[in-house]
Amino acid sequence: MNLRKIIKYFFGDIIRSKWIVVYTAALLVFSSGIIYFSKDEQKSLLSLMNIVMYLIPLLCMIFGSVYYYNSREFIEMLLTQPVKRSSVFYGQYFSLAFTQMLGFITGIILPLLIFNFGFNSFFLMIAGTFLIFIFTGFALLISILVNDKVKGIGILIAVWLLFAVFYDGIVLFMFYYFADYPLEKATIIASTLNPVDVTRTMMMLRLDISALFGYTGATFKKYFGSSAGYYVSLFVLHMWMIIPALIARKKFNRKNF
Amino acid sequence: MIKIENIEKSYGKSFQLNIGKLEFKRGSIITLMGPNGSGKTTLLKSILGLVIPEKGTITVNGRNISGQCDYRNSICYMPQSSPYPPNLKVKEIIAITKDIREPQDDYDYELFGLFGTANILEKRAGALSQGTRQRLSAALAFMFNSEIIVLDEPTAGLDPYSAGVLKSKILKEKNAGKLILLTTHIVNEVSELSDRLVFMLEGRVKVDREAFRNAGENGKEFREMVSKLFKENEPAKNN
Repeated sequence: MNLRKIIKYFFGDIIRSKWIVVYTAALLVFSSGIIYFSKDEQKSLLSLMNIVMYLIPLLCMIFGSVYYYNSREFIEMLLTQPVKRSSVFYGQYFSLAFTQMLGFITGIILPLLIFNFGFNSFFLMIAGTFLIFIFTGFALLISILVNDKVKGIGILIAVWLLFAVFYDGIVLFMFYYFADYPLEKATIIASTLNPVDVTRTMMMLRLDISALFGYTGATFKKYFGSSAGYYVSLFVLHMWMIIPALIARKKFNRKNF
Repeated sequence: MIKIENIEKSYGKSFQLNIGKLEFKRGSIITLMGPNGSGKTTLLKSILGLVIPEKGTITVNGRNISGQCDYRNSICYMPQSSPYPPNLKVKEIIAITKDIREPQDDYDYELFGLFGTANILEKRAGALSQGTRQRLSAALAFMFNSEIIVLDEPTAGLDPYSAGVLKSKILKEKNAGKLILLTTHIVNEVSELSDRLVFMLEGRVKVDREAFRNAGENGKEFREMVSKLFKENEPAKNN
């Protein structure tokens, strides 16, 4: 019961900040621009997907952790009241994720629906939702562990660079370097270790555009096939969603304020 | 009412809170004193569950507080320097605190009236001065008629009039049978208010005794004792 109240407070507090308005407006301009200027439906869907894959994790983490650092007073005020620590944690986690969802759906999914992209926009929405929940969990985990704001945001950006930019390159390099060894299993494991990659793989398996698979994604498809691969990727994404958030909650429950 | 047994809490290598046994009973005012960084706030925060000790137990009204939250219905806390979320209006802060605690038939708005808090209800907490925030936080601490009231340097930053108002409120609530725990650096305040003095040093309780209220000439004897305590313990810091 208290959780609902706490979500209400945090949600009200986040909605009031202009950040979320700017965020939604920027996504809206991006997506309608892309849809409007490129006449090819498949192409604009792919461009939008790239925005989702790269931008959403970054914005999500920065927004989440800046909000956490700035609301420490609020958290402290709530914690001196008869409220469970887990409620405060989940209250913040869900309010952050819900507001991002709101921005994401109005900014990207709504234009897709208006321009009649049909079922494909649904998959993009699922992918975005996973990314939002996963990276909100990461943002809270890192901000809870690191008390210094600047350091915390630095680490977040490093995490983003790793997952969104370097990871596929590192895996490819490893593959090239160890080309003489049987690597299929290792690649499968490697492909599950990056949530952005898994999300991309999941979308690609559904949209069936194998030309755009990363290296890990391609192996993934070869190994599991399209439909089993889809369910495996869903499972892995759930793990990525649950585990960091649970660790963050545990750390939050033991934290000193 | 509050029982503390063998709690330990360390921050890095430099500081350790280490308290053997302390017991606070209702109907009294207990003052924590000690140099900066002696662990007064850490002790108060441990009672509130903001800081989690590594060892030992704290019981409030006979129940171990570890991992609990309901016991905080009987505690109100006035934090040091009163940090409030800057975006919220004063009336929202009041509404949230009310909403989240057990509902009561009768709220105590006495301090709101005396401090003129009614005039700032529409202001954002971030726009308030330090002293005004302090008054708001004092008014909130007494609003819920809770059995235990914890005040961390309540009069620091208050003007003399407000400090006087707050002090007489503290005495009044004590006479109504509440337990009041406060920290302060002002020796006069201890002799005016407290029934018991707990002097802390480097995370340990150095002296725990009845405070002799108004003893001697305006508590002169008592003042001398405290300044002696501070002086005696000065070299210890240089070791």
